[in-house]
Amino acid sequence: MSEVVKKFLYLNRKAPYGTIYAWESLEVVLIGAAFDQEVRLMFIDDGVYQLVKGQDTAGIGMKNFSPTYRTLGDYEVKRIYVDKDSLAVRGLTKEDLVEIPWEDWETEEEIENIVEVVDAARAAELMDESDIIFSF
Amino acid sequence: MSILHTVNKSPFERNSLDSCLKFASQGAAVLMIEDGVYAAMTGTGVETQVKAALDRLSVYVLGPDLSARGISEDRLIEGIQVVDYAGFVDLAAKNDKVQAWL
Repeated sequence: MSEVVKKFLYLNRKAPYGTIYAWESLEVVLIGAAFDQEVRLMFIDDGVYQLVKGQDTAGIGMKNFSPTYRTLGDYEVKRIYVDKDSLAVRGLTKEDLVEIPWEDWETEEEIENIVEVVDAARAAELMDESDIIFSF
Repeated sequence: MSILHTVNKSPFERNSLDSCLKFASQGAAVLMIEDGVYAAMTGTGVETQVKAALDRLSVYVLGPDLSARGISEDRLIEGIQVVDYAGFVDLAAKNDKVQAWL
């Protein structure tokens, strides 16, 4: 563990596949995991589409990177937040999203699903308390 | 002159769909592709707008782009027709020109 631990927030606002933002964000999250920081991800606006279950890209000839989200718990990502209003206006519910488990190998503490739906006030609070925000 | 309109942007991020539906004339074909396919789902904030468009336009959505985004066909607004790439080509050939709302 490095001496200074900062709270990193990765803020995702783009749908997958139409642009490269979602994939690039995921790459940076995975790289960042190597630095033992407190990492959180937030999905708002079209970013919520990144977590939709059942993505199958065989027909469009692009890599399906959605299975990677389910492994984020293994990359030191402890919390994933999804904006409630963004889901609602897109006709989505939490049941449409992937479940992402988390486990601390040392303490054996487990969280079945680290995906949490939050309202705008809580989302704003989380942005405020972060030391660094990466926007995608 | 018949026009095939394509929309490839999410209706929640850009106004491509708005403009397309505003300027597409009676009987025109509208094909949702790439991030444009999100507008074809039921229960969204643009559902009313898309349903109203179905009264005067033929609306299509590209199947492979739906699958890529995890949208199953039972989530689509009734009246929207799913086409594959060959269907896309047929639409382009059948209409006099293609107008892409980027």
